[in-house]
Amino acid sequence: LPQSLPVPPAPVSPRSHLVPAPRVDGNYCLTCGSDKSLKLWNPHKGTLLRTYHGHGYEVLDAAGSFDNSQLCSCSADKTVALWDVATGQVVRKFRGHAGKVSCVQFNEEATVIVSGSIDSTVRCWDCRSRRPDPVQVLDEAKDGVSSVKVSDHEILSGSVDGRVRRYDLRAGQLYSDYVGSPITSVCFSKDGQCVLAASLDSTLRLLDKDTGELLGEYTGHRSTTYKLDCVLSEQDTHVGSASEDGKVYFWDLVEVSRVPHVGGRQALDEVLLHPPSRGHQHVHLRQAEGGARVRAGTSGIPPRDGARTSGITWDPPRDGAGTSGTL
Amino acid sequence: MAAESSDSEEEDLVSYGSALPALQEGERIKKPVPLQEQTVKDGKGRYQRFHGAFTGGFSAGYFNTVGTKEGWTPSSFISSRQKRADKTILGPEDFMDEEDLSEFGIAPKDITTTDDFASKAKDRIKEKARQIAGVVAAIPGTTAFDDLIGPSKITIGVELLRKMGWKEGQGIGPRIKRKPLRQKPDPQVKVYGCALPPGLSEGSEDEEDEYQPENVTFAPKDVMPVDLTPKEDVHGLGYKGLDPTQALFGISGREHLNLFTGGSEKTSDLLGDLRHSKGRKLGITGQAFGVGALEEEDDDIYATETLSKYDTVLKDEEPGDGLYGWTAPKQYKSKKRFETEVKYIGKILDGFSLASKSSTYPPPDLPRDYRPVHYFRPVIAAGNENYHLRKALEQSTGKLENDTTQQSRHTLNASQRRDRLGETVLKGPAPSVLEYLSEKDRERLKEVKQASEQQMKVKMLPQQSQNRFQPTSANDAPHKWQMFLGGQLANAGSSDFKPFARNPEKQKRYESFVQSLKQGQKDMLEHYLDPSMTEWERGREQEEFFRAAMFYKSSNSTLSSRFTRAKYEDDVDKVEVPRDQENDIDDKESAVKMKMFGKLTRDKFEWHPEKLLCKRFNVPDPYPDSSIVGLPKVKRDKYSVFNFLTLPEATTSVTQATNERIQQNNNLNKPKKPSRWDVSDKEKEKKDSISEFISLARSKVDIQQQPPVPMTEECGTETNETLPTNEDKDQEESRPSMDLFKAIFVSSSDEKSSSSEDESDEEHQPTVSVINSETNKQVDLPDSSSSNVQGST
Repeated sequence: LPQSLPVPPAPVSPRSHLVPAPRVDGNYCLTCGSDKSLKLWNPHKGTLLRTYHGHGYEVLDAAGSFDNSQLCSCSADKTVALWDVATGQVVRKFRGHAGKVSCVQFNEEATVIVSGSIDSTVRCWDCRSRRPDPVQVLDEAKDGVSSVKVSDHEILSGSVDGRVRRYDLRAGQLYSDYVGSPITSVCFSKDGQCVLAASLDSTLRLLDKDTGELLGEYTGHRSTTYKLDCVLSEQDTHVGSASEDGKVYFWDLVEVSRVPHVGGRQALDEVLLHPPSRGHQHVHLRQAEGGARVRAGTSGIPPRDGARTSGITWDPPRDGAGTSGTL
Repeated sequence: MAAESSDSEEEDLVSYGSALPALQEGERIKKPVPLQEQTVKDGKGRYQRFHGAFTGGFSAGYFNTVGTKEGWTPSSFISSRQKRADKTILGPEDFMDEEDLSEFGIAPKDITTTDDFASKAKDRIKEKARQIAGVVAAIPGTTAFDDLIGPSKITIGVELLRKMGWKEGQGIGPRIKRKPLRQKPDPQVKVYGCALPPGLSEGSEDEEDEYQPENVTFAPKDVMPVDLTPKEDVHGLGYKGLDPTQALFGISGREHLNLFTGGSEKTSDLLGDLRHSKGRKLGITGQAFGVGALEEEDDDIYATETLSKYDTVLKDEEPGDGLYGWTAPKQYKSKKRFETEVKYIGKILDGFSLASKSSTYPPPDLPRDYRPVHYFRPVIAAGNENYHLRKALEQSTGKLENDTTQQSRHTLNASQRRDRLGETVLKGPAPSVLEYLSEKDRERLKEVKQASEQQMKVKMLPQQSQNRFQPTSANDAPHKWQMFLGGQLANAGSSDFKPFARNPEKQKRYESFVQSLKQGQKDMLEHYLDPSMTEWERGREQEEFFRAAMFYKSSNSTLSSRFTRAKYEDDVDKVEVPRDQENDIDDKESAVKMKMFGKLTRDKFEWHPEKLLCKRFNVPDPYPDSSIVGLPKVKRDKYSVFNFLTLPEATTSVTQATNERIQQNNNLNKPKKPSRWDVSDKEKEKKDSISEFISLARSKVDIQQQPPVPMTEECGTETNETLPTNEDKDQEESRPSMDLFKAIFVSSSDEKSSSSEDESDEEHQPTVSVINSETNKQVDLPDSSSSNVQGST
């Protein structure tokens, strides 16, 4: 029987979700929020490049395609939308989820959108054909799906029922790892060997992908009610997580030692590490209130040292939902 | 001839016109320009072509096309949604040439004077004159046409007058003080000469009826011009042609009308039904004049005039209709006079006649207890829940209408309407899970119960589990439920609902049970339960009865009538469930607590991705022959208790040690997954009575379900004959759950492999893969499935 665990409540509005649009260079930053729109920013200058309107309710997650030509977003209006970046029009809208769609991802070639919803299903939508139904519905979760990630042949989903499910398309296997506490965020390690899972017991767990063994456990931050993000750095050297005390926590992946955190005064929801381009390291942060902000380290800082960025202060938010700024 | 003579005597000739210029040296004679090359150019030097239906049609378009060189070119659709504002409405001027807009074109843009700007107000004087002329003329009404033809130009005199401040309708001269009301001319006064038509003379004098203050001056009254129509005919003075309207329908002709329309049909026939035109004053109707275009009614223009319409003798008017003449009976004459006053106007239908005398009816007799005061009697719906209000109303109004026939149909509930309509009662849904059990299953339960009775007697429910099917206790249950039920019990058991209609015996028990419950005989409750049942079952049934009694309140009849049984009971007993279920959380919970991630917390399933998804991910389909999507499913008993029963002892008693043992076992015989049935099998010695009871029941199921299995397998393999049922029966006592696995998980291919090594591998579990007998669809690919299982493990 499905366990009725409380779905982690989304933070109070106004809010925005921060998404790194391009994997390649990090020259754009995409936010989405309760104003039913997506906003594309230049994180370096803090200029708003484009606003995408078309959702009927709060936009909960968004992702960009590999070639920056398309965006996908999911909303509390139960739809998943595919956008054209240049025209700003909705190319397709996928309806089928029975509840809020909380997370969305493109696959590598942007041919499939994978979306996870509060209705405890993960749906794979075909971007190529005009088919309105999902290609496949992964309904193994017993509670809402809070996070989904896609690799070249895997779909990783974290659910509130406390399980991390990895659907291996190549092997035709489903691996379900029980973590116990509702999962808020999952992500692959860059080497493809591990899975990082953040759960509501204020713990990040690094699990071995093949055996499901626990490789590391990272605690110290606070995560009990909100859907907070976790992240692995580009070289898998550090583990980062947002925390409800408004700080970003980093751990050394191997030594499991905490490195000094960056912080603000308000609760954070999402943490994204900027791709290391031109020697910068940007830490993308999202706050529960007051919009998204981008922090940037100076160019001299090596990417692996997340600690140095803590010396930089916040810039004031410009508007309610989805401000982006840089220093 | 002329040419010859011109040479010789040139000077004699007279030349007209100017001579052609002399040809110069070497110049050729000009040929006349052919017609097709004669061109006309417009003001800007552009060629103007004349074509069209007649010569002189103006040029339209570009070389006979629609204005562009391309003509009608199909253009791609452009949505007007975005550019709605750009759209303009084109007028005819947009398609005109410039010449058309010039001074002499079709639509000149310069201001020119036209008659249209003249005053629309009619010249009153002229109008009056025309009216008089129209009446006086030999053929009346002809001057009306002048109105249509004449131009509405204003003469210079009128224009000058207007500039001096004159307005139409006023007289000419200095403004005067109006005298007080003139007396109306006495009707007795004789008028000599030509009297004005009544309509005209009256109108002018009626205007003076208004209130007129003293210090206000008025323009003088308009003066009627003297009618100076010359006499051109040879008629006598004052002669007027016969005016049919005046003669028959005018005011002066009223008496005549009475004469003719006295009621007799014959005269109205003669007149050609002219009564419709009574209200009209002027107009030419019917007879001899035809119908004008402005006439509304299409009268009978072909009616002939007869002399009978006219009086041939000068005398007093006859009172009657003239049918009888002067010899008419007396009563007829007097009656006629009376009836003309209450004349019925309108057409009387054929076969009917006017009532000769009006009949009056006496008022109805009042009932003796009639009170001429209305008092309000509220209607309360029968199903109204406000009992107190109802009671109060009942007292105030004396009695409440209990008769359902007096209620409006909206206040009836569905069952009452059904009773009225005479429909049969719909069967309500069976309330309990047990009702969905087939007869077979119930028998099986009974057997199981009898078999396990001996054991049950010894140890009765050794541990209280959280199982929801477990009754709390047979003794305290009634008290508990009694509290729950409270007043609702009053309605329970009444009316026509039968929660256990499928089992009449049980229904009877239930009814008596409810009856006793109502009377508060708590001790007697047990007596109504089946004495042949075990205590466990009895306790359960009791709880079920309580539940039913609580659930089926009085409203249940409306509820049940909304639902009906499914027409086609397909696969009632079977439901598709995933073959591999994620295991119980409890042991995993403990594993997580001990941070023993890995095998303990991991479940691995065979999962079939959709083919298209594989294609989109650029991944080869791992199961190219499979038609399954997602997790493989098996069919199980739908509402079987065993689907929902988890083995509490298996989960709660699983400790670290057992987990490890399972792990070891898994390592030993690889093709196994730690399913709950495995655990139960391993922990057989730890089983308490419940699990034994369940496994017993399972074994019975297997025996009964076994026969179809060989049936399906016989066609495939002969080796399956080594799977007789009696062999199972032999094993039953020793290890009954073995058959359970076979029944559920055995597939034909596995059967093949496992049956061969049956003797040796007896103690080990058969490979966990598909299938029971119902899932033949999945067995259709035996090779792939078996290979998958082996490959995956």
